[in-house]
Amino acid sequence: MGTFFHRHRGATPYLLLAPGVLWLAIFFLIPLGFLGYQSLQSGFFPNFEFTWQFSNFSDGIRDYHTQLVRSFVYAGIATVACLVLAYPLVYWIAFRAGPWRNLFLLFIVAPFFVTYLVRTLAWLNILADEGPVVGILKTLHILGPDGRLLATTFAVVSGITYNFFPFMALPIYVSLEQMDARLLEAAKDLYASPTQAFIRVTLPLSAPGIVAGTLLTFIPAAGDFINAALLGTPNQAMIGNVIQSKFLESLDYPSAAALSFLLMGLILVALLVYAKIVGSERLTG
Amino acid sequence: MTTLAASPPRRRRSVAARTWAFVKRHALTVYAVLVVGYLMLPIAVVILFSFNHPTGRFNYLWNEFTFENWLHWNDVLGIQDAIITSLEVGLLATLVATALGTLMAMAIVRHRFVGRGATNLLVFLPMSTPEIVLGASLLTLFLNTTAIFQLGFITIFIAHVMFIVSFVVVTVKARLIGFDRHLEEAAMDLGANEATTFRKVTLPLIAPAMVAAALLGFALSIDDFVITYFNAGGTQTFPIFVWGIARVAVPPQVNVIASAIFIVAIAIALTNVFWEYRSAKRTRGAT
Repeated sequence: MGTFFHRHRGATPYLLLAPGVLWLAIFFLIPLGFLGYQSLQSGFFPNFEFTWQFSNFSDGIRDYHTQLVRSFVYAGIATVACLVLAYPLVYWIAFRAGPWRNLFLLFIVAPFFVTYLVRTLAWLNILADEGPVVGILKTLHILGPDGRLLATTFAVVSGITYNFFPFMALPIYVSLEQMDARLLEAAKDLYASPTQAFIRVTLPLSAPGIVAGTLLTFIPAAGDFINAALLGTPNQAMIGNVIQSKFLESLDYPSAAALSFLLMGLILVALLVYAKIVGSERLTG
Repeated sequence: MTTLAASPPRRRRSVAARTWAFVKRHALTVYAVLVVGYLMLPIAVVILFSFNHPTGRFNYLWNEFTFENWLHWNDVLGIQDAIITSLEVGLLATLVATALGTLMAMAIVRHRFVGRGATNLLVFLPMSTPEIVLGASLLTLFLNTTAIFQLGFITIFIAHVMFIVSFVVVTVKARLIGFDRHLEEAAMDLGANEATTFRKVTLPLIAPAMVAAALLGFALSIDDFVITYFNAGGTQTFPIFVWGIARVAVPPQVNVIASAIFIVAIAIALTNVFWEYRSAKRTRGAT
């Protein structure tokens, strides 16, 4: 083995890569090709035919633009909510928690240790019509006598926010944790107020974390269907719900495949717009 | 008169400034505690309701405390098989993905070769694709190749390896970058061949990263619903079981299993935190 590697030095990296790359090529790249192939087919289950059926895409937009737009709006609101909730918390952990840092980081990832579906079902308990939260809101007259939280947009968006929170919090924490504390001292020496120091030093330095967190939260949130299925009604259905039911219930594969591509394409467009706003170096670097 | 009028505002300003400073100082702490409370709330609810004796088919409202659900955790038809399937898929997929991912990470970190950028992209892409697209596209592959692949255990396993590999590569890569290659050269200078060097020097050094990657992979596998749901056919993992039963009736046993998984995961994580804390203390003591 040793002599073989010596004789074929240039081959070593390719031999190491081969199994993994093959797996990803066969079970990630090629399936994307099959998804494209399926999206241009026509017919009814189980007799589909490849006919360059581009109308699957235009029909998808015509019939499901509401769910498409809703997915991006919900994902956008949830991403902003995650940022607002996460930033002060991780700031506190990075600069004030001292030796308890790792313990608090564990608090952030702890929700991941509870099965996704079960932690979403827990919000059914919390937001239940006869539950304590609705009761308190009713006595405070924030909610009307027959007001409810379940089966509302609020329930779905807060479910998404909760489920993807760690994806926002961890990258921001990493960027704050890597920050050189001497920079803040320097800012102070140059007579910056704490607010100025935050806006001019801390915030720009944590920007890569915010950018990464935003992407990691927004992309899965836009494709999610579990929160809308468990906490909402058909009025809160997202594009994921449509794709899921077409693939697995009505067996309309071509239309489902076309909608999957639309989702991916729109996420790509959203990424490009985002890259334009924040600067492309920050996105890739 | 002027002195009397002038002094109180000065004092009031300083009190106000001090109050403001106090609020500013502690507002962040209060906010942090509230957010942690928000993160912990559903977890507490899951564990609490595993001890509930529900009145109807659904376990949404608190009725009375009982240990029955924990004692009879497998009393629900199908739940035990689903958990066994989840564990089997998790172990197998983690094993294969850790091996494939570690080899890839070694190639990417230690070699300069044509196609390195493309390989990095291939690793990055599955992580930045929505799960539903990963699941759906893999399903179209399996639907179009029914002669080779029948939906079931094997397709779940294939899907899990596919999405875990990237996370393994990223985790192991991070460790390999800080790796001192002189240690391997030293081993070779002392007469060890490549195989011995790998076994005695390289492997022990990257083992912690492989363990971390495997733990992450196993956690991802056991928790995955979306990709599995598309490619499971009739086979049930624990999340698929929960999805199926959620429309009919949620028995408290679901909370028991979720709580048990949570407790095991937290125990492992806490051990790790404690370990790091101790080794950090030891290094500090040494210097």
